[in-house]
Amino acid sequence: MALLEILTVPDPRLKDASVAVERFDQELRSFIADLEETRQAGPGAVGIAAPQVGRFQRIAIVDVSKTRKPVANHGHLVLVNPEITHWDGFELGREGCLSVPHYTGNVIRAERIRLRAQDAQGEVREFEMEGFEARAVQHEVDHLDGLLFIDRVVSRRTDLFQRKVYQKGGGGKG
Amino acid sequence: MANWNMLTLVGEDRPGIVARVTEALYRAGWNLGEASMMRLGGNFTIMLMVSGEATRSDLEEVVQPVAQSLGLQLHVDSIEGGLHRHMVPNIQVRVSGADRAGIVAKVTGALASTGFNILELESDVAGSAQQPVYIMCIQGYAETTVEALEEAVGSIGEEGVQVSVSPIETLIG
Repeated sequence: MALLEILTVPDPRLKDASVAVERFDQELRSFIADLEETRQAGPGAVGIAAPQVGRFQRIAIVDVSKTRKPVANHGHLVLVNPEITHWDGFELGREGCLSVPHYTGNVIRAERIRLRAQDAQGEVREFEMEGFEARAVQHEVDHLDGLLFIDRVVSRRTDLFQRKVYQKGGGGKG
Repeated sequence: MANWNMLTLVGEDRPGIVARVTEALYRAGWNLGEASMMRLGGNFTIMLMVSGEATRSDLEEVVQPVAQSLGLQLHVDSIEGGLHRHMVPNIQVRVSGADRAGIVAKVTGALASTGFNILELESDVAGSAQQPVYIMCIQGYAETTVEALEEAVGSIGEEGVQVSVSPIETLIG
């Protein structure tokens, strides 16, 4: 087990897209254990993605089971090659990031998602998620695509109802 | 060690204000920090942290001609403080109701009695000129619980004003 170094802005590598995991071996599981240890060492992080520690593979961890006020959740999730297959609704919420110290901002995310991902053994699992957990997954999947929440941040005055669809890489008016 | 100043500019809104002001500051070697800029009632308002090695009066000399040509009121204060001192809000309070005198004082007074610290407040008057509706959104930091805050603002809700208190869970990922 080892704590990994977290890349922070303006490190250009955070903008790189990650590639799919193909080998589900002991090395992968050992990396996931290090990634989890690094997440837990961060200030209250509910998620972390491999590219945040300089490994550009589609691996993320999400765990929203320990929030101040309990929220709907699927427990501790290791997400390998995650794919969001459906988006529904949109809501504004405040986000920060281990890779963006000293800044939080409002981001529009889908309210509900359907997600397909492999676990650390390569087994395919499917989830339906909502609210905070769905937000956390969208934040981490963005990292795998080289996107940070600061690429999506909006003013709180932004009118949600003008936005009809949730778009990848959004930021402009809908 | 650079000194921080708070620059305040207010005047009739028009395109180009931010560009002209920040260009003058840049050319004179001043650095910008945190800022809040917003159109309020047809005016454009700027509150801007500016730092540099020169004095406050040097700063005024740089900005005054630009402010004058744009028809803006200028005010400069030296401030204690600096960057990276954010507090993350954990509570949101939304208030809406018929526009009546004293709503803001009542709500914020009740919140203050619990030790609630307002970090950001935005308010607007919606509805029509005949039936104005006051809407306010407060984000702040409280050590106390949502239930205690709800109790503190509870009696205000009975006067035809809706007050809702909700937690803000900031996602770190």
